[in-house]
Amino acid sequence: MHKEAAIREPLILGHKTYHDITEDVCRPIEDKAPRMWYILFVSALIIGLYGVGCILYLLGTGVGVWGLNKTIGWAWDITNFVWWVGIGHAGTLISAVLLLFRQKWRMAINRSAEAMTIFAVFMAGMFPLIHMGRLWLGYWVLPLPNHFGSLWVNFNSPLLWDVFAISTYLSVGLVFWYIGLIPDFATIRDRAKKPVSKRMYSILAFGWSGRAKHWNRFEVISLVLAGLATPLVFSVHSIVSFDFATSVIPGWHTTIFPPYFVAGAVFSGFAMVQTLMLVMRKAMGLEAYIHTKHVEYMNIVIMVTGSIVGTAYITELFISWYSGVEYEAYAFLNRATGPYWWAYAAMMTCNVVSPQLMWFRKLRRSLIFTFVISIVVNIGMWFERYVIIVTSIHRDYLPSSWSMHYPSHIDIGVYLGTIGLFFVFFLLFARYFPVLALNELKTILKSSGESYKNGDAETHPKPKPMAGGSNKLVEEATSVAEVVEKARKTTSSDTSQQAMELMAALGAGSADNKDDLKAISGVGPKFEDTLNEIGIFSYEQVSKMTKKEYDILDGITGKFPGRAERDDWAGQAKELMNTNNQ
Amino acid sequence: MADRVIYAMYDDEEILKDGAKELVAKGVKVEEVFSPFPIHGIDPIIGVEETRLGIFAFIYGLIGLTLATYGMWFFMISDWPMNIGGKPSGSYLDNMLAFIPITFEFTVLCAAHGMAITYLIANRTLPGMKASNPDPRTTDDKFVMELRTSQNTQFSEDELEAMVKSTGIIELEQKDI
Repeated sequence: MHKEAAIREPLILGHKTYHDITEDVCRPIEDKAPRMWYILFVSALIIGLYGVGCILYLLGTGVGVWGLNKTIGWAWDITNFVWWVGIGHAGTLISAVLLLFRQKWRMAINRSAEAMTIFAVFMAGMFPLIHMGRLWLGYWVLPLPNHFGSLWVNFNSPLLWDVFAISTYLSVGLVFWYIGLIPDFATIRDRAKKPVSKRMYSILAFGWSGRAKHWNRFEVISLVLAGLATPLVFSVHSIVSFDFATSVIPGWHTTIFPPYFVAGAVFSGFAMVQTLMLVMRKAMGLEAYIHTKHVEYMNIVIMVTGSIVGTAYITELFISWYSGVEYEAYAFLNRATGPYWWAYAAMMTCNVVSPQLMWFRKLRRSLIFTFVISIVVNIGMWFERYVIIVTSIHRDYLPSSWSMHYPSHIDIGVYLGTIGLFFVFFLLFARYFPVLALNELKTILKSSGESYKNGDAETHPKPKPMAGGSNKLVEEATSVAEVVEKARKTTSSDTSQQAMELMAALGAGSADNKDDLKAISGVGPKFEDTLNEIGIFSYEQVSKMTKKEYDILDGITGKFPGRAERDDWAGQAKELMNTNNQ
Repeated sequence: MADRVIYAMYDDEEILKDGAKELVAKGVKVEEVFSPFPIHGIDPIIGVEETRLGIFAFIYGLIGLTLATYGMWFFMISDWPMNIGGKPSGSYLDNMLAFIPITFEFTVLCAAHGMAITYLIANRTLPGMKASNPDPRTTDDKFVMELRTSQNTQFSEDELEAMVKSTGIIELEQKDI
């Protein structure tokens, strides 16, 4: 088993068992969706549908409905495209690059980060498609035999490289994500009670059974796909940056673009992950899995990539002067001091200054601060693309054609619409998919779980020989039960006195109106039997327990000292009583 | 002789691993292990061989590389040489720099998808397939070891059962197949 230094912060807080992980991840899927989910879903859907309406209007009317003019032929469309592709960089980076580096903290966030990536790339891919104007001819970007004779797409063009890069990234990301999902779908399938959901998850799980050979292949395919996806992540945004870097427009024609775009993409991607995760962990009760340490790790990535981006901005400025090309120099001077100075200032503050605050441990471990910064970074990264794209072309070589860009309401509608659609997809994902890679998390429970690190949890109980005969056997607990049983008979025993005392405090119960004590987290089938032996059968009895009774119970069983109190069995039992009464 | 299958359930992967080690040392053949997550180190114990998926991925990658190279040579050099400012188009090698991004992307595309498809087919996990885990809890927190009497003919059924029971199992189930 993988060993981890004791001083490393645990990745899974509290006392969790394998079953608890399953429970925690599956419960939001199996329970009814909270009202807030419906509110968010409907609002996102309305915004998304408005965006779809704008797109349909655009397709019916023409690209002229955008606020473009003959000088500024590329503005919000490509800005949004690059912004979304950038956001779509964190997921694969987290799941692939961090897998290669064996970073275990990725396991709590990779699933939803990858989902975010896929949905973000969907949104990104939409922009070039609608940009074509005639969407129904979109297949012309592929090198297909056609009736025009030997007419092929231009393989020298970075726009075609983009087609290949984005579609490879999307499809490989999707496959990587789904292969990880299959075992988790199987877990949900095997728990599902309702026939419809059982059927749905059976289809989604592809008949996964968790055989040793399958897990062997699973590990290899995860590793190889991670190996393939890692250069892919870096190539995609490099290729996106080629759209600009291979042109001869001052401000775009820079060799620093590929690394700088990749760093910026990771920067904005992690910011979006933070925004989503901070809300999700709270809403779905996953604080034990995604906690301050994870947030801190991500903030460190934001700080590093933000610093790379900041360095790139300054390098660009320096080189524009050092190159001695006056057009180049003017492009940058105009960015900072021209009519778009406010966009440049917004980009500089959001992307250069804000990540530097993460040097302070207090700040990067503050959840509220992180949430604010994550939104600031996303705004800043949108402005970065806007600045690069619009300010570089709004004043071209001919002063008579200098112009400004004003977005039309269709520009704004399409952009907001993609945000709406993105959240529609993400909310559906959060509702119906396992948001944590639950089976992967189980592999790190023993090495990085808090209760395993501090020795609270029982580890590797010594196998006990089993009495022959019966097929279903309760191990371990039998010995405890026997002790209690014996104690009952011989009243002089210490344990029995304790048991009596306990029963006096809790009131007698009977096996006739027995509750399912296993529903209390922390009570397993074995422990339930032990409780029954003592005479505790109902939630009502458990709900009366206080510190004193817990101690007596610990004294009798001698197992998991302090566990009952920590898990608040009495409180849990009260809740269970209430739900039963309803 | 009718084949009987014994399912031994454990609630900890370490116990299962120790148990499997013990059984295998006694000459028992462990047919299969079902677990909710990969148990590291179980494969050599129960004799699961290292998968060849990685080799397959490499081959698919090579196919992708070849296809991309051939395709771009055909489209851009042979079938329709580009006329860029009247300059000679030249050979594939002269133009290759511009082809690297797509060659790379297509190689990755073929390797990843080829591997994924091979993986699903090799596992017999395809949409609509039926699950074959003996107990629904094996995808949650239980671990099941499967033994077959037909593969352990040197032991009697009772012997086998006794051996399995001494490994710290929590449940035992038998089934005729």
